[in-house]
Amino acid sequence: MGRFTVLDLLNLDLKEHNALNLRCLGGRPGLSREIRVPDLNRPGLALSGFFENFGPERIQIFGRGETAYLQKLEQEGESETIQRLLSRDDVPCVLFTHGLEPTKDFYALAEQYNCPVLQTDLPSSEFQSRLIRALSNIFAAQETRHGVLVEVFGIGVLILGDSGVGKSEAALELVERGHRLVADDAVEIRCVAGNILLGYGANPTLGHHMEIRGLGIINITHLFGVGAIRDKKQIQLIVELEDWDSDKSYDRIGAEERTREILGVKVAYLQVPVKPGRNIPVIIETAAMNERLKKMGYYSAREFNQSVLKWLETENARSRHFQERDPMSLDDLSTG
Amino acid sequence: MTERDVVIKNRAGIHARPAALIVQTASKYKSKIAFRNEHEEINAKSIMGIITLGASYNSSLTIRAEGEDEAEAVDALSKLFEDRFEEE
Repeated sequence: MGRFTVLDLLNLDLKEHNALNLRCLGGRPGLSREIRVPDLNRPGLALSGFFENFGPERIQIFGRGETAYLQKLEQEGESETIQRLLSRDDVPCVLFTHGLEPTKDFYALAEQYNCPVLQTDLPSSEFQSRLIRALSNIFAAQETRHGVLVEVFGIGVLILGDSGVGKSEAALELVERGHRLVADDAVEIRCVAGNILLGYGANPTLGHHMEIRGLGIINITHLFGVGAIRDKKQIQLIVELEDWDSDKSYDRIGAEERTREILGVKVAYLQVPVKPGRNIPVIIETAAMNERLKKMGYYSAREFNQSVLKWLETENARSRHFQERDPMSLDDLSTG
Repeated sequence: MTERDVVIKNRAGIHARPAALIVQTASKYKSKIAFRNEHEEINAKSIMGIITLGASYNSSLTIRAEGEDEAEAVDALSKLFEDRFEEE
């Protein structure tokens, strides 16, 4: 991630329950200030003159209390603490909730020091939780992977493999079968909430395009409709395609869980060898369904092996039973 | 491993045609080749990847190659940048 500025925060295109409803009231030249930490601060103590342990690099939130205090300060003609707060250029911005407006003094000082003044119509508590959520997404650990991310039966499948192995072709057929494309070629992966990997298209402005050898670049949204795309999806399964190597032994049973780590999060991992005549999309579809079964607690390979073991056990018991003489047989009774 | 910094010298930046040229050149070599900017690294054999880098006029990239023919690959690719992708 590059510099994340106050202007980037204003431009965040979040929808519905995530929307921040921000607008800029003043201090526009300061919009280029960088937001360095995913945190916020209520500057009540600082306004009253106590600057010890003050977190200047955080976004400063002014709610009803702080705004009322600003009005009190203005009536008393006090502006020293406001000046002390606004003159720091490590403060990224000040933000008023509830649609509140700053006092004239405050506004003039903010303009003087080029400190951006933002406003939202949301109540403080709701806004703070939305802002923390948005910022922790932005500041989450991230990396870009070469691969294709598709949603198959509700499971986010990241298809990896060398160039030319057929990732995009497999994804195209999956889209054609009614599944959804999230990103082709460059998948941006973010680790959110510590253990969830979210995959995005690396560049949202370029939209959902794919490069298919022989066809060139195609627009998936226009060709297959909005039902064929998704903006982001949790990565729940990694399928690595590789050219069939006859010397290598591939998993034949699938009873052991293989995982692969991305950004410190373990994700179920499958290695699928590719050779002409193998229908990779069907294999990926089946892998996704199998993954869903596993999430429901049913492990095909394990259950199968359980039945084999049970069957062998009964066979064993039965043969032993037939070999031994029955102690309650009529012969025994007559001799006894 | 061979690395070299290059600057995009054609006005239009890396759009579809230069990207295709890069991919075609990179695919001739066996080495693993990647382009890196400040915050991401992208496989040089993937056309969509290169376009999404959004490399514009005068910005710089690092070419990194690893493999048996890495030196030749980096030479051939940096020559494309020098030649402004046969544009202009």
